[in-house]
Amino acid sequence: MIENETDRKAVAASTPPLSKAKKQTNRRRFLRTTLLTGGVLGAALSGFLPLIYSQKKRLRPPGALDEKDFLGSCIKCGQCVQVCPVQAIKLADLIDGVGVGTPYIDARNQACDFSCDAVQCVLACPTGSLTYHKPDFLPVRAGAALLAKPILLAKEKDAEPTLNMHERIGVARLSRPEACLAIQGKGFKGQARGADFKGHLRYMEVDRWKPIKVSDHKYDVDECDLCVRACPIKGAISIETVFAPDGSKRNSPVVHEPCVGCGVCEMICPVEPTCITIEAGEVWKI
Amino acid sequence: MSDVLKRRFTEQIKIMFGWEPGKPEQITERAQQVHVLKRMTNKQDLQAVKAHLRSHEIKSNKWRNRRWITLIISNLLFTFSFFLDIQILEGALTASRFVGFHLIDLNSALQVMLAHKHIINNLVIGTGTVLLLWALLGGRTFCSWVCPYHLLAEWAEKLHLYLVKKKLVTDQTMDRRLRTVFWIIFALLAVATGYTVFEAISPTGILSRALIYGPGLALLWVLALLFFEVFFSRRAWCRYACPIGLTYGVVGIISPVRIKYKLDGCFHEGDCRKVCLVPHVLETVIKGRAVDVEVPIGPDCTRCGLCVDVCPTGSLSFEVKGLQKLM
Repeated sequence: MIENETDRKAVAASTPPLSKAKKQTNRRRFLRTTLLTGGVLGAALSGFLPLIYSQKKRLRPPGALDEKDFLGSCIKCGQCVQVCPVQAIKLADLIDGVGVGTPYIDARNQACDFSCDAVQCVLACPTGSLTYHKPDFLPVRAGAALLAKPILLAKEKDAEPTLNMHERIGVARLSRPEACLAIQGKGFKGQARGADFKGHLRYMEVDRWKPIKVSDHKYDVDECDLCVRACPIKGAISIETVFAPDGSKRNSPVVHEPCVGCGVCEMICPVEPTCITIEAGEVWKI
Repeated sequence: MSDVLKRRFTEQIKIMFGWEPGKPEQITERAQQVHVLKRMTNKQDLQAVKAHLRSHEIKSNKWRNRRWITLIISNLLFTFSFFLDIQILEGALTASRFVGFHLIDLNSALQVMLAHKHIINNLVIGTGTVLLLWALLGGRTFCSWVCPYHLLAEWAEKLHLYLVKKKLVTDQTMDRRLRTVFWIIFALLAVATGYTVFEAISPTGILSRALIYGPGLALLWVLALLFFEVFFSRRAWCRYACPIGLTYGVVGIISPVRIKYKLDGCFHEGDCRKVCLVPHVLETVIKGRAVDVEVPIGPDCTRCGLCVDVCPTGSLSFEVKGLQKLM
């Protein structure tokens, strides 16, 4: 046995030098391997695009960490998508540029109306990308923190009326005041977003537990205040009397500090395109 | 475990990381006897026995069929849990909940831990459960029995082999150490950039999400990989690139579920190595290489069972270590 072993070692040590053909094969193989490395890493680099383009902000689900931390911690499983009762959460595709497989909300099409009451997506998240309790080492941006836990109008009379959210995911802004029906003193009658709109919303007066299609709910208001009516958060938006530049008095929706950035106002605004939009990841500025 | 098998055990781990298998330095006496006897067998007798066995060979796809069914059912369970809202298996392959219990893919979990550097309880629970599950079931068993890309790649491989047979393409092999290099690169990238880069290009994740949440453009990357495998390099992603495979391979080092090779009846014809995704784990079936009369196949084996199906002599079989002692 021992003799055998030394024999073999001797053989191995005296291996003849590689033939020319063999050397060439080896070189080609090395080149191919390098090429594959380059190809896969090149593709991987495209994965970084969302980081580079992180200015292009998408509304993330409630409780989302700040964008960079969110991208680092999201495991792209879509459990948040699955639990959402109004299917507000979508997963990003390659060209969306916000990270393949990461969740986002397109508020104009379907906003988060908190009809789950307990922010199910946060509870479903396995990695803490969506969280009630941000780890201590992650900073809270000034103005991102909510002054108080937001009160959900739907459970205002419950023992625990608040959503356990500490930070907003965005802020609503009157982006096209010139088109706003309230400012023009106009009313609104009919389906807020037309008959074909597929979005859902919880109407407390219709069903506390089941969101219905927005198109199944007809409005008839003398002065449009749909954004205020639809807002699920207490004290986040109201119609206020403001003074126009020419000194005349007008009514206008005004966003207040409790706004969490859910996007219901953006979804319900009957003007096309919407007059009020969510600025994703934006903080409250005094 | 004998010294010979211990040495083989560590060697198999090195082979998994990309080392090329070599001739064994030590062979047990019993195995040596078998090797000698095989050399002494009269050639004509041997040919006769081979021909006899071949003529009685039962072509079986038993393990392949079982595996395909398992793979398809487990992936469809995700799809239908969401589609029909039956909530059995919610989430995707990267992370899910099986009737409420967290399950988290080991490689995805690792990427998130390295990138985010903060580990919450659910992540620990899910990762621990999956670690235990695959340590018991065989590590890379995940690859061949669950990973949806594996199935597509298997079909692409059939096409590739057909084209090879027609002499239209040739298999361009690569250096297997590349997979280890990728594993390290992606781990370092996650730590350095705080972003789970690999998750963006993981065909497993992309396919799993496509099956559950609907197709997207990310599938183009999967198609590109399959195209590369059909026309250039056989099973390139699984063989030379995928870090998930290596992660699960490491888990499988200690797994009791594995393929066992029996030297006695083997004719060393090499059918098994032709169908194998990872033929380097089957070096032991080459004439004179087996270090013992019974040799467990190493951790890089995906336990797909193709070799078990194809072996005409029944020299390769599934084994659960310690099961016989228990029963």
